[in-house]
Amino acid sequence: MSKYKISFPHMADYYVPVRYLLSHLMEDAEIMVAPPITSKTIELGSKYSPDFLCTPFKYTLGTIIEALECGANVIVQAGGGCRYGYYSELQIEILKELGYDFTYLNLVSCGKTDIKKIYQMAKKLNPHFSVLKACYYGFITIKMVKYMDQIDHIIRENIGFEVKENSFIHLKQEMLEHFSQVKTYRELFSLYHQYKKKFLNLEIKKPKDYFKVGMIGELYTIMEPFANYQLEYELAKFGIAIKRYTNVQYLLFEKKHEIKKLLRQTSDYIKYKMGADASDNIARAKYFCTHHYDGIIHIKSSFCTPEIGAMPVISKVCSDYQVPVLFFSFDANTSEVGIRTRIEAFYDMLEMRREYEKSISRN
Amino acid sequence: MDKIVGIPRSFLYYDHHILWETFLSELRIPYIVSPKTNEQIMRFGQQDSHDEMCLSLKNYLGHVHYLEDKCDYLLVPRVDNYGLYNQTCTNFLALYDIVHNVTNKPILNYNIDYCHGDTEWKGFLKMGLELGKKRAEIKDAYHHAKEKEKEYYDHLIGANYNALNNSKPRILIIAHNYVLYDEMIGLPITNMFQKMGATIIDANLFDQKVALRESRRISSGLYWDTSRKLVGAIPIVEHNIDGIVFLSSFPCGLDSLVNELVMRKIKKPYLNLVVDDISSLTGMETRIESFMDILNVKI
Repeated sequence: MSKYKISFPHMADYYVPVRYLLSHLMEDAEIMVAPPITSKTIELGSKYSPDFLCTPFKYTLGTIIEALECGANVIVQAGGGCRYGYYSELQIEILKELGYDFTYLNLVSCGKTDIKKIYQMAKKLNPHFSVLKACYYGFITIKMVKYMDQIDHIIRENIGFEVKENSFIHLKQEMLEHFSQVKTYRELFSLYHQYKKKFLNLEIKKPKDYFKVGMIGELYTIMEPFANYQLEYELAKFGIAIKRYTNVQYLLFEKKHEIKKLLRQTSDYIKYKMGADASDNIARAKYFCTHHYDGIIHIKSSFCTPEIGAMPVISKVCSDYQVPVLFFSFDANTSEVGIRTRIEAFYDMLEMRREYEKSISRN
Repeated sequence: MDKIVGIPRSFLYYDHHILWETFLSELRIPYIVSPKTNEQIMRFGQQDSHDEMCLSLKNYLGHVHYLEDKCDYLLVPRVDNYGLYNQTCTNFLALYDIVHNVTNKPILNYNIDYCHGDTEWKGFLKMGLELGKKRAEIKDAYHHAKEKEKEYYDHLIGANYNALNNSKPRILIIAHNYVLYDEMIGLPITNMFQKMGATIIDANLFDQKVALRESRRISSGLYWDTSRKLVGAIPIVEHNIDGIVFLSSFPCGLDSLVNELVMRKIKKPYLNLVVDDISSLTGMETRIESFMDILNVKI
């Protein structure tokens, strides 16, 4: 029985690659995936969080508390830019106050990763830690994230038109299970192509004039299905194809190369980087407007400062191009019914616009 | 005729007003500063802004609205960072583009981003060139303005240190400059404290290098410039004060994290005040009175 139990906060299905990486690097330690996010998680999180802090803090704090309750004693938190990088310090303080005993590792703070600190930590957790192995499994993990994101693109475009109910979700779960058991990169590569074919061959019934909606927004809320109340599935029920660019692959590897290009494309609206993903989202909004999307949905957690700054610009872009936009601000106490009503109204509006355009073209 | 530059009296104005005003008057450029925040300006701000924006940003947009038809250029600073561990609030990053989308007025080029080589001097150089001045002139004006600013702040910092010897209770106020000195947010509250006989010590007014260094004692990973300067004041004067007041505008992104952390680490009596555009001063007064009572009992 090992003495270390490693756990980490949830975000969508990305627990699969993270668990894969950790279980190959820390053979002695036990990797524990935190219990799935439920309404109890967010209740716990918001109970101990400051009031007007953005919601991802509350979600991550809730999952960490639940993981610690299950016996974890090492917490790995991703961190990141904006306020994410500073979450760890306050979370440590709050958890200490609650009387938990644990080790906390924050990977990214203020846009920089302290590799030396991470190496020391890894050596402490696993004395046999080897850098070469870490590089190899790190590479496989990165590729796994990439493949998952590419499959997700296919799912989002087609899930609204599936013939057999839940066929996409079941196939995805099967794929994730196989992914987490791969041993070599070659195996992963062939699995990916197998499943890509399977996903493309799933039976769908796509009408000719289906609605296409672009999704933009704050990274955690848009990626974690529980944080946005399964908005993507709700939309899919109406038969809407969704396009979303924000995913881990984009944020970690593509963003720094693409940001200049995106700023150039939107130079008539913005001039500088507006912090976090605000300028990316404005550029995406413009892309959706110019590429004949029927509508845009903007998602953020409440009190997300960069997105609040971006919202006036996004509404200006959308009013210039005459594309409808729906703003969602998710908090711990948002009601699911309210969201469904707004989506229904949005869908009705899209339909009415389509009919109006048709009647004009007929005349 | 020369073009008039409009300066909104909010955000970084309170940090750099000496620098900007001296710089512009040295270059013989007429400028206009919007009046102190009043109810009309707050109403303008609420019209122009999104309802989730922080109170200070709403007021800023109100000042911009006021200046719109009174000037030819707006001076809207865009400050990304003063170094890797001296970043600013995301509102400052986005300020240029937010204002640009609210008004059609041309905005002066003022961009500071030390991580990418845009220093303060470069920002002023570009601004001066845009106003049609020569490089040598701009350099002189900038250095003169910088000297004058230093002189001004040295005097204020000295006075702030001297205030530590004044009558008890001495209260350290931790608030951003643009919150503390805003006519509608911070000043009514500091006035209340002074009326009740407290000595106010402003956490902004300490030697900045020392404050930045000392902030590490409270939080090792903090990377926001303004917050570091404020937090750094606590270890400097910890033994000479009786209480700490945190004052922030709703919903300030930095304060929501940093103040919560600091509150858990200090061992002094503290009061956390969050000002909203609908909060009444009477409620604040009750809280301030009871806080003062606690301090008076302790002394």
